Amino acid sequence: MYREHQASRRGFLRQTGLLGLAVSAVTLLPRMAYAAWNKTAFDSKSMADAYKALGVEAPTASADIQLIASDIAENGAVVPVEAISKIPNTTQISFLVEKNPTMLTAQFDLGPDMLPAVSTRLKMAQTSNVIALVKADGKFYTATKEIKVTLGGCGG
Amino acid sequence: MGLPMKIRAASKDGVTEVKVLMNHPMETGLRKDESGALIPALFITEVTAKLNDKVVMQAQWGMAVSKNPFLAFKVNGGKPGDKVSVTWTDSSGDSRADEAAVS
Repeated sequence: MYREHQASRRGFLRQTGLLGLAVSAVTLLPRMAYAAWNKTAFDSKSMADAYKALGVEAPTASADIQLIASDIAENGAVVPVEAISKIPNTTQISFLVEKNPTMLTAQFDLGPDMLPAVSTRLKMAQTSNVIALVKADGKFYTATKEIKVTLGGCGG
Repeated sequence: MGLPMKIRAASKDGVTEVKVLMNHPMETGLRKDESGALIPALFITEVTAKLNDKVVMQAQWGMAVSKNPFLAFKVNGGKPGDKVSVTWTDSSGDSRADEAAVS
């Protein structure tokens, strides 16, 4: 009886050991998949740091970028935004919210078949400038729009 | 394995418009629960969109994309019956892939 118990205990340990290895292999794999995520840029707590982490130097304000959003967001948890770039060779569109705890919200890298326009929804902690940052031919351009938030997005 | 997303793709005049509604809490890591404890961050960090298995768009997201994220974009090409697929990976390493036929 005692031996039997010992044997099954050993077997159990062996099995859980293997399972542990399998679990760690599974959890390690996806982490490698998003190694490209720009942690420094997304963790930046000032516009200057965010721009630096994105490799942006003195972006030019451009009337060729349309940043479409309503002037007033009743719910800061869901603020629809759309950016349309008319700048030739646009390869990247990003959204930044100046007065959020971290500014960079989303960055879209567009393949050659994409039309230079993206829509999404952002969270805003308070009334703030929202910036559409466009990369074209290696240069950066911006469009800025202030969106008034009547109910902050941190509770949502 | 995340929850399924909704993907709609419609082609018109040689351009395919894709609309995606994902199912994800997008926790910022800054919110507190009723007891005052911080709710850990959990948000989608990467999104990849493909048309007929060719990558057309890759996105990196932070914590301030809204809960149950919405995404819309347009891509040249695509005809009814073609395949659009979208994959996301979140900050815990979880991921989800879904696809839809272009209408």
